[in-house]
Amino acid sequence: MDGRHRAAYQRDVPHVARLTLTDFRSYATADVVAEPGLITVTGDNGQGKTNLLEAVSLLSPGRGLRGVALSEMAREGGAGGFAVAAAVEAEGGAIEVGTGTAAATPERRVLRINGAAAPMTRLGEWLSVLWLTPAMDRLFAEPASARRRFLDRLVLALVPGHARETVRYDAAMRARTRLLTGDAPDPAWLSALELAMAEHGEAIARARAETVAALGDILAATPAGPFAQPLLALAGNDAADLGTLLARSRAADAAAGRALTGPHRADLVVRHAAKAEPASRGSTGEQKALLIAIILAHARLVAARTGRAPILLLDEIAAHLDAARRAALFERLAETGSQVWMTGTDAALFASAGGRRLRVESGVVTG
Amino acid sequence: MSSEIDALTQALARLPGLGPRSARRAVLHLLKRRETALVPLVAALQAVAAGLATCEICGNVDTRNPCGICTDPRRDVSTLCVVEEVADLWALDRSRLFPGRYHVLGGRLSALDGVGPDKLSIDALLGRVAEGGIDEVVLAMNATLEGQTTMHYVADRLAGQGVQVMQLAHGMPVGGEMDYLDEGTLAQALRARRPVT
Repeated sequence: MDGRHRAAYQRDVPHVARLTLTDFRSYATADVVAEPGLITVTGDNGQGKTNLLEAVSLLSPGRGLRGVALSEMAREGGAGGFAVAAAVEAEGGAIEVGTGTAAATPERRVLRINGAAAPMTRLGEWLSVLWLTPAMDRLFAEPASARRRFLDRLVLALVPGHARETVRYDAAMRARTRLLTGDAPDPAWLSALELAMAEHGEAIARARAETVAALGDILAATPAGPFAQPLLALAGNDAADLGTLLARSRAADAAAGRALTGPHRADLVVRHAAKAEPASRGSTGEQKALLIAIILAHARLVAARTGRAPILLLDEIAAHLDAARRAALFERLAETGSQVWMTGTDAALFASAGGRRLRVESGVVTG
Repeated sequence: MSSEIDALTQALARLPGLGPRSARRAVLHLLKRRETALVPLVAALQAVAAGLATCEICGNVDTRNPCGICTDPRRDVSTLCVVEEVADLWALDRSRLFPGRYHVLGGRLSALDGVGPDKLSIDALLGRVAEGGIDEVVLAMNATLEGQTTMHYVADRLAGQGVQVMQLAHGMPVGGEMDYLDEGTLAQALRARRPVT
C-alpha cells in the first residue's frame, strides 16, 4: 500500500479529529486535534495521560476504560459535572459527539450527537472503541468473570444486540434465584423464567462462540512473528438444552443461592499455541503479547465485518515489551488502519512509532 | 385564588400527563364555560364515581358489574383475550378488532417486586375456562421479560384444559421502516417469516 493509497483509505476510517474536555479528571479544559493513525501520549506519572484515553473511551457505551462511577470523572474543584466533546470523522462526513454529566445528576451520562439527545447505543452505529489497560495485564490469572467481561466487549463490537440479550438473561436469572431462595417456589413460574434464560442464554452463547471462532480463524492465519499466537476456546458456554438443565438443578441452585449452570459461568480459555500451555503460566510480557494479539485480531475482524476499523486505546502499552516487539507492534497497529491512542512515560519507547506525538504535563496537552 | 379553585387545580395537576401549568389552563377553561364545560364534567364525574365497579368476571373497570363487554350479547363467548392491565384491555378494545371477551390479570409476575401468581387473577381465569364454552385463549402480554414470563406461566397453567392457547405475533410493525427497528425485533420478524399471500 503506497502512502497516497493509505491516506485515502484512512480518511474513511472513523477517528477522533478533535477532542475537547471540560472539567474532566485532571483537565479543567483541554483541546486536542488528532489525525488517523498512531498517536502517542507521553508524560510523567500522574500527569493525565490515561485520563485522555478515558475521555476517548466515553465515545462508546458504558463507563469507560477504568469502569468506574461517572461521578469520579468530574474534576475535583470543578462545577460538579464534566463534558467530553469530540468531532468524529465517520463514514459520510463529520459528526459532533458530546457526552458528560451535570452537577445535579452526577451519575447520569447524557449523549448528544450533532446537537440532538441520543441513547448511548447510538454510538455503536458510528464507531467502535477497544482498549487495553495495565489493569488487564493479569486477565489470564483473574477469575473467569473478568475474561467473560472482556469477551463480551469483543462480542458487542460485532453483535450490538448482545447487550440486550445479556440484560434479559440476567433479569430472568435474578428473578429465578429470588424465587428459588424464597418459600415454596411455584414450579410453573420457575419454568417460565428458565424458558427465558434458555432463549436469551442460547443467543448469548451463539454470539460468543461465533466471535471466538472468527477470531480463531484470523489468529490462525496470522504469522506468529514476534507475538505469541494465542489459541482461543470457550468453556462452560454451552446453552444447549439449558431449560432442562436448569429445571434439574433447582435444588442445587436453591442451596447455592445462584444458578450453577448457564452461559453466565462461561470462561474464555486462552493458551499459548507454541508452548502448548495456559496463558496464565507465561511471563507478564508474554501474557501482554497474547492480549495484544487478540486485540489486533479483533480490530481486523471488526474492520472486516463492519467496514469500520475500531479506535484502539492502549494504555502503557510499551511496558513489558522489548524493542523488537515494540517495533513489530507499531507496524501491525499501523496496518490495521485504526486510530490508535497509546500512552507511556518515556517518549523513547515510541521512537520507532510514526504518527502524532502528544505530551501531557500537569493536565496540559502540548504537541 | 380561592382555596376551592386552588384545590381543584392541585387535583387536576396530579393527573397523568398534566401538571400545574396545564391544570391552571384547564381550570380557567372550565371556569369560563361554566354551563357548557364545568357542569357537564361534574355530572359525568359523579355518574362514574357513583357506579364505579370492577367487573367480577373479567376485572375490567366500568360503571356496571358485570361490565359492558361481558354483558354484550354480540361478543363471541368462545374466545378470550388475557391482558396484564385494564389499560391493555382498553387499548385492544379501542380498535374493536377482537370480537371475544377479556380477562384482566391485574399485573405481571415479578419475583423482584414480590408479585406472585396469587396476586394475579389466574385462578379466576382457570375457573372461567373450566366452566366451558371457551375454545381459544389469546395471551396478549407485553413483549417485556416479565410480560413474556407471565405468558409462559399462564400457558403452562392452561395446558390440558382443552383450549387452544395463542400468543401475539412479534415482528414488523405496520407502517414501520426496517431502518428504525432494533435488531431483536428484526430477528423476530425474520424468524416468523411466512409465504406471501
